[in-house]
Amino acid sequence: MVAAALDPGSAPVGLLYILSFSLFIYGIRLGTHPTTARRGNGIAAIGMAVAVATTLALQGIGNWWVIIVGIAVGTAIGAVASKRVQMTGMPQMVALYNGLGGGAIALIAWAEYRHWIVEDFGVPADELIPTLLAMVIGSISFWGSNVAFGKLQELIPSQPLKVPGQQVINALLLVGLIAACVYLGISNGPGELNEPIFILCLVGAAVLGVMVVMPIGGADMPVVISLLNAFTGLSAAAAGIALDNTALIVGGTLVGSSGTILTLEMANAMNRSVPNILFAGFGSAGGGPVASGEERPYRSMNAQDAAIQLAYADSVVIVPGYGLAVAQAQHAVREMADELESKGVKVSYAIHPVAGRMPGHMNVLLAEADVPYEQLREMDEINPELPQTDVCVVIGANDVTNPAAKTDEESPIYGMPIIEVDEAQQVLVLKRSMSPGFAGIDNDLFYHPKTAMVFGDAKATVSEIVSELGNL
Amino acid sequence: MDLVTEITILVLAAFVGFEVISKVPATLHTPLMSQTNAIHGIVVLGGLIVIGYADAPLDYVIGLLAIIFGTINIVGGFMVTDRMLEMFGGKKKNRSDSGEDHE
Repeated sequence: MVAAALDPGSAPVGLLYILSFSLFIYGIRLGTHPTTARRGNGIAAIGMAVAVATTLALQGIGNWWVIIVGIAVGTAIGAVASKRVQMTGMPQMVALYNGLGGGAIALIAWAEYRHWIVEDFGVPADELIPTLLAMVIGSISFWGSNVAFGKLQELIPSQPLKVPGQQVINALLLVGLIAACVYLGISNGPGELNEPIFILCLVGAAVLGVMVVMPIGGADMPVVISLLNAFTGLSAAAAGIALDNTALIVGGTLVGSSGTILTLEMANAMNRSVPNILFAGFGSAGGGPVASGEERPYRSMNAQDAAIQLAYADSVVIVPGYGLAVAQAQHAVREMADELESKGVKVSYAIHPVAGRMPGHMNVLLAEADVPYEQLREMDEINPELPQTDVCVVIGANDVTNPAAKTDEESPIYGMPIIEVDEAQQVLVLKRSMSPGFAGIDNDLFYHPKTAMVFGDAKATVSEIVSELGNL
Repeated sequence: MDLVTEITILVLAAFVGFEVISKVPATLHTPLMSQTNAIHGIVVLGGLIVIGYADAPLDYVIGLLAIIFGTINIVGGFMVTDRMLEMFGGKKKNRSDSGEDHE
């Protein structure tokens, strides 16, 4: 079909792939600043176009109708989905895309293996081993991501789901999987390739992916999503080695690095190790004083009084959490900030690294509501200013403000860095009810003498505060 | 290409990746993730290559799915990232003055 088909090993192909991944790296490099990031994204997309066009011109590319149908269907689905998804739904979308990437890689590995069976010349180990790696990691990533998607979309309960003896089952599964892969890896001579065992490995990795993610609670999702992102990247790099494709190797490795960095940052922000998050469901860590059920006195306040308190403050810090995303309250919060600023109050936002369900989740929501990014402050930056802050407004956040993380060694979240809301002069907590957070940990902040609870749906409460502010 | 050369490329790419990506501020972590989602759509290249030697019906199904998945990643990933970054652009600075000046 293409007149001058390119030899995959030739210099022009190599150079075009170098151009393509250079554009990826440059694109990500521009992603380090909000004003240049959009251009960076466009540049990375051009890199992708170069890589795809180059590959389509290679010798041996055939079955054009499948390629055309595949690209058309994929483009249609991708374009529609990206237009429709709401900013609050970004964690689900990212989880789903991670899964698709992992799934594609597992499928490619399978196709490659089937091709070798047909050729029956035997396979060199340096192609077979990366293929097996790509298959296993890709399949884990596909199924793990689908479970994460299901949890975020609330198709499956987001609480940790545990089967008795889960650790043992997972360990046995992993050992069996490794053994089967080693068997496949050494059976590389002509006539020795074994597709049933290959499929068994695909399925085993799938079960492992499901089993590992299923017991993980909603609040640990930022770590899980980042880790699955790293997995998908690594499996792509492995597939690149198997297929001798440098663009795939570099592209996959970049994604792997990104996922790894984010995983470590998120785990750090929770003061837990990655294995601890994956293998010890939250709350099972120690006895700890989880919600004891006893009634403790707290103070509640209506929206009108809250508005008055805010209007007379000099500085207000808003602490958003997942509840803000659930209530879709970001626009109402922006209006509240505008009202306050027009009354001369200094407003900023304190963003905990693991607030929400994925890295940067709160920032995206607030950016959607046109909050200037200069007002979004990171935890370490804002904490020293909190003692001079008049009012902290906690909206839909819980564990990331729990002072027990600093003071109570028995607490399951002890040692996790928090936004030190309890240091501020006054605290308003917008919350549906007194029910504890996802891990059932009581939050001492709610019972603190300087805290007032404002009950109700976050969006409704904030809108009420906005109209009260307008009347003042 | 021999394995050692490929591993060399992988290791160097990992160091470049760590250097560049660790400079991305927390504010932009969600767009970073969706952009890397798009970049790992590069696996579509693998799909394009393996479909070339499909012959059994199952090979076509596997290859077609791989191409669809990869393309969704690329198109959806870059488009949704663009949508997000448009909001971060800081071009809507006119918000408090009733929107008459469009920068």
